[in-house]
Amino acid sequence: MGMHYDVVIIGAGMSGLAAGIRLAYFGKRVCIVEKHYVYGGLNSYYTLEGRDFDVGLHAVTNYVPPDVRNAPLPRLLRQLRLSREDFDLHPQRFSEVRFPGQRLRFTNDINVLAQEVAERFPQDADNFHRLLEVINQYEDTRSDHPYRSTRQILGDSLNDPLLIEMLLCPIMYYCSAEEHDVDFTQFVTVFKSIFCEGLARPRGGIRTIINALVEKYRSCGGELKMNCGVRCINVAGDRVTSLTLESYETLTAEVVFSSAGYFETMQLCSDVKGDPPPDEVGRVSFVESIVVLDELPANLGHEATIVFFNDAETFTYAVPTDRVDLRSGVICCPGNYEQHQNMPEGLFRLTWLANYDRWASLDEEEYAAAKDSCREKVAQRGAQYIPGFRDRIVYTDMFTPRTIRRFTGRLNGAVYGAPKKLRDGRTRLDNLFVCGTDQGFLGIIGAMLSGVTMANWHLLAKT
Amino acid sequence: MGDLQVKKIILGIISTVAPDADLSNIKGEVRLRDQFDMDSMDFLDIVMELRKRYKIEVPKEEYPQLATLDGCIEYLRPKLEAVAAI
Ligand SMILES: Cc1cc2nc3c(=O)[nH]c(=O)nc-3n(C[C@H](O)[C@H](O)[C@H](O)COP(=O)(O)OP(=O)(O)OC[C@H]3O[C@@H](n4cnc5c(N)ncnc54)[C@H](O)[C@@H]3O)c2cc1C
Repeated sequence: MGMHYDVVIIGAGMSGLAAGIRLAYFGKRVCIVEKHYVYGGLNSYYTLEGRDFDVGLHAVTNYVPPDVRNAPLPRLLRQLRLSREDFDLHPQRFSEVRFPGQRLRFTNDINVLAQEVAERFPQDADNFHRLLEVINQYEDTRSDHPYRSTRQILGDSLNDPLLIEMLLCPIMYYCSAEEHDVDFTQFVTVFKSIFCEGLARPRGGIRTIINALVEKYRSCGGELKMNCGVRCINVAGDRVTSLTLESYETLTAEVVFSSAGYFETMQLCSDVKGDPPPDEVGRVSFVESIVVLDELPANLGHEATIVFFNDAETFTYAVPTDRVDLRSGVICCPGNYEQHQNMPEGLFRLTWLANYDRWASLDEEEYAAAKDSCREKVAQRGAQYIPGFRDRIVYTDMFTPRTIRRFTGRLNGAVYGAPKKLRDGRTRLDNLFVCGTDQGFLGIIGAMLSGVTMANWHLLAKT
Repeated sequence: MGDLQVKKIILGIISTVAPDADLSNIKGEVRLRDQFDMDSMDFLDIVMELRKRYKIEVPKEEYPQLATLDGCIEYLRPKLEAVAAI
């Protein structure tokens, strides 16, 4: 028989590490098992040809200035016994939503967005203020709100359909596992995290945050097993009895937390046969390109931190029928955060919606060709923002839904997991809980909050 | 155990749970939550730090006794003395 723990956590991503810190800090015997050889999961890092890259990081949301105490970020830091310095966050300059014939600028001050709306959509100025009021009053952290369509609520609150689409676009890109719409509770959480609070980035990229988490976890006495995938969750009756690892070693635990995703976790259970219901598994995935430039974008005239764009007449947030949907996307220039001007090279990141099946069915040669074709599109797109873009390119890396599936195990490479969230983290098994993406708190800060909250609810507040 | 000693222990816990709180002018009779803008998660952490550091268990019904610094001192002194005696 292998080791016994109070809690075993599947996955060393943001949520697993955060849950681990809370539990280990309060004296639980905790072990995190991670399939991959690096930490971070969906927001990990890698090095290619001597350059350090982040997998996902566009923006850390929920940024508030140091004097604000009652907001998710400071609350999270307190819960993790970390300080602001540990994350070294620096705010964005400004960002934009660009649609045909219209643009909205926003910063970490919500008044800037309100002002923009008032100038560009005067007939909706008052409506927008009322909507802000509703959003501010809404208790989005409660776990018992029924599903409500954001499209419907925005449709009832605002007159101009274009404004509705322009507000939905950034929110959907940063959280929605659902196509075409998003649950209003989710919308409110992410609206606050982007527009009312704000965007920031650690100068050292995601490594800064991950290192702080791993160091804290270890200093609390937590164990971390890398290269250590869970092969099977052994179930008897209503309980998990043990975990069998890829190495065929066995671990036992009183409680198991999984951050691998709900259906992904169920697929590991010994009593589950067959595939998960296809219409319930998440499908929203992305292609992400990272272009290294020989100059910082700001020095080439592109100063926006993030641009959410849509070129089409109507904005469509859905899995495309083609490999990628070029009509809308997100551009992020990490050099355009405050205090980032010392970056050695310029970076230009571009995200498009993508179709997992269309990428997964390619053979190696076709896959390489598809990536090349995508690279060409990125160069064309970049030229719309930065003159002479193509000649500035030093290097391009790219990952696809297939990459996401391979490195994180997410079915369909679905970045935001399954559309239906398990807000209380409970599963049909008494001692198995989900945390992170499929619990419903999303993004970097959201996933960490999810880990903390699940640890508090299911273990710490109880005993 | 003297008031000051108990107070020091409690302030030590508050400064861990709410590191940015200014404890220099702490008032004995004002609710800690109001003085330091604490939320329920912070408050729960006071209880948990007591368990972690001194193995003191505070049942949920008795949480209200920890609402103020004076309340904490009165409630925790016998418990801390019992721990110190072991
Ligand atoms: C391209 C991209 C860009 C993004 N950009 C941003 C951004 O700018 N800002 C932001 O806030 N968020 C962003 N996100 C989202 C953010 O990264 C995620 O919401 C967050 O990291 C999710 O964390 P998690 O802990 O829920 O899950 P994960 O990070 O997926 O963690 C799960 C872990 O479990 C491991 N695992 C899976 N199966 C097993 C098994 N059988 N055994 C052992 N381990 C297993 C996985 O390897 C993984 O490490 C982005 C994501 C992507 C992909």
